Amino acid sequence: MLAFLLRRISQGALVIAVMAVLVFLGVYALGNPIDILISPEADQAERAQAIARLGLDRPLWVQFGLFVASALHGDLGTSFVHGVPAVELILSRMPATLELALVALVIAVGAGVPLGLLAGLAPRSLFSRSVMVGSIFGFSLPNFWLGLMLILAFAVDLHVLPAGGRGETREFFGIAWSLGTLDGLRHLILPALTLAIYKGSLVIRLAYAGTREAMLQDFVRFARAKGLSPGRIVGVHVLKTVLIPVVTVLGLELGSMIAFAVVTETVFAWPGMGKLLIESIYRLDRPVIVAYLMVIVVMFVLINLAVDLIYMALDPRVRLAERSAA
Amino acid sequence: MTVSFESVPTPARDSGLVRVWREFAESRVALAALACVVALFALALAAPWIAPQNPYDLAQLSILDNKLPPGSQSIDGMTYWLGTDDQGRDLVSAILYGLRLSLFVAATATALALAIGAAAGTIAAYFGGIVDAAIMRVVDIQLSFPAILIALTLLAILGKGVDKVVIALVLVQWAYYARTIRGSALVERRREYIEAARVLALSPARIMFRHLLPNAFPPLIVVATVQVAHAISLEATLSFLGVGVPITEPSLGLLIANGYGYMLSGLYWIAFYPGVALLAAILAINLVGDRLADIMNPRLKR
Repeated sequence: MLAFLLRRISQGALVIAVMAVLVFLGVYALGNPIDILISPEADQAERAQAIARLGLDRPLWVQFGLFVASALHGDLGTSFVHGVPAVELILSRMPATLELALVALVIAVGAGVPLGLLAGLAPRSLFSRSVMVGSIFGFSLPNFWLGLMLILAFAVDLHVLPAGGRGETREFFGIAWSLGTLDGLRHLILPALTLAIYKGSLVIRLAYAGTREAMLQDFVRFARAKGLSPGRIVGVHVLKTVLIPVVTVLGLELGSMIAFAVVTETVFAWPGMGKLLIESIYRLDRPVIVAYLMVIVVMFVLINLAVDLIYMALDPRVRLAERSAA
Repeated sequence: MTVSFESVPTPARDSGLVRVWREFAESRVALAALACVVALFALALAAPWIAPQNPYDLAQLSILDNKLPPGSQSIDGMTYWLGTDDQGRDLVSAILYGLRLSLFVAATATALALAIGAAAGTIAAYFGGIVDAAIMRVVDIQLSFPAILIALTLLAILGKGVDKVVIALVLVQWAYYARTIRGSALVERRREYIEAARVLALSPARIMFRHLLPNAFPPLIVVATVQVAHAISLEATLSFLGVGVPITEPSLGLLIANGYGYMLSGLYWIAFYPGVALLAAILAINLVGDRLADIMNPRLKR
């Protein structure tokens, strides 16, 4: 157990280190770091000062050392556009993105698992077929276009929901959340739905495939022979096996929702980190791009670690395999 | 190494293509989707000959005809069935050319990614050990990050351009193929004909690419179908975000981005119709892929 945890943590650290090298090479070796890290508006004195501070006149490996040292202190440069430290800027936008991603995830799982499970129980029924074709439709819809069409329908034509922005927020624990107010909720519905439909379709398909495969297995026949009620067989035994792949995918999907929020946030003018990334790409605000990438990598490693732990708790097969390997 | 005769025989697939086709054709939805895919590719290929105007040729555009609703007439009597955009471009033509570019980018990227991924996966499976560990570690790390993020980062560094979008898509997608083919090649590698090829002292390259790769290939077909659809969607997203294809060669995603600005003032058609074309292409390919996946999934067979 401990050995497994330690191995996973060291793997995560390795991933972070590799990404740091790649980001460093992308910024320092591919491009001209002076252009990338020093604002084009800086005058000669500021340039000279920054070059000395960043050590751009020194060999590449010394520069890498400096990059790592300042990154470990949480310093990934200062945004050219906003004039504040890039990491701080990203962290200030993170709650909005997390809120959007989590709400979307809840919708995707809350609707996806029951639909997929029911469809999987009677794969030949009309209900099942329409759910499955619907799910193909759902994950074929280009995310950004779906967002536009929802805006067109609900904001432009029907005037019932706002087209963008975050609306009124309320502070909990010193952070502003849209979930806290009615106006904020109204702003949250469309972007969360847009983000949820794609992932929800994938969850439906996973739950469907999982249910179909589980229903063919011996433990279900055994439970039937034992005289368990169909409700208990499905609600306890099948659901448990179905949830295992869903949980694994969920962890990855939360990460991918945070990444995909880049698109949704841009469409709905949702002030999260994704929109910040796109704006920074347009404005060549490279310290922010670098900081976003590093923050995201750390986040992904943490999420993957959490998924491994949940997986281990849920699936005795993994637990046993780990024990016999140790 | 000893040859194991107890290895579990894989389900027979000798009758091959004919059987796959017969099973495929049992689903009318899948057949319709396949017809749709063929039709869309034909339209895209024929775009320069069937489009009412060349949307890239500014001389053919009349700025006076800008933002006309669907069904309007141009000054010289041509009907804009789907309306025009802000530059007076006929949307039917713009969509045909956009589809052509979108499908071209996706097909090229998929073919390249398939070649690179299949080669890397086969090499990993054949040599095993440290080669395998090295290749698969790269694959694992890459697959733990969402495609959109990797592509976005690459394009932020590389800049805009059709060629750069293709490079980004290839770099994003090769890992899926590598992982899939490694799995099936590991099974094939233990079979007798590979052992026989080794005994004959054929070169590793010949064994890998003439014997191992072709036999391990079928599962890749399903992955490739899904990935083409994914590539189309990803390219459209990147272009919509403004980091994909350049403005001079609008793909479907860029056409939609262009219509986004006018949508709030009620000019829905500029963003709507290119999206319908995009959805049709992705949906049809996914339906075909879904049917193929069903046919090839041995776990649903009893």
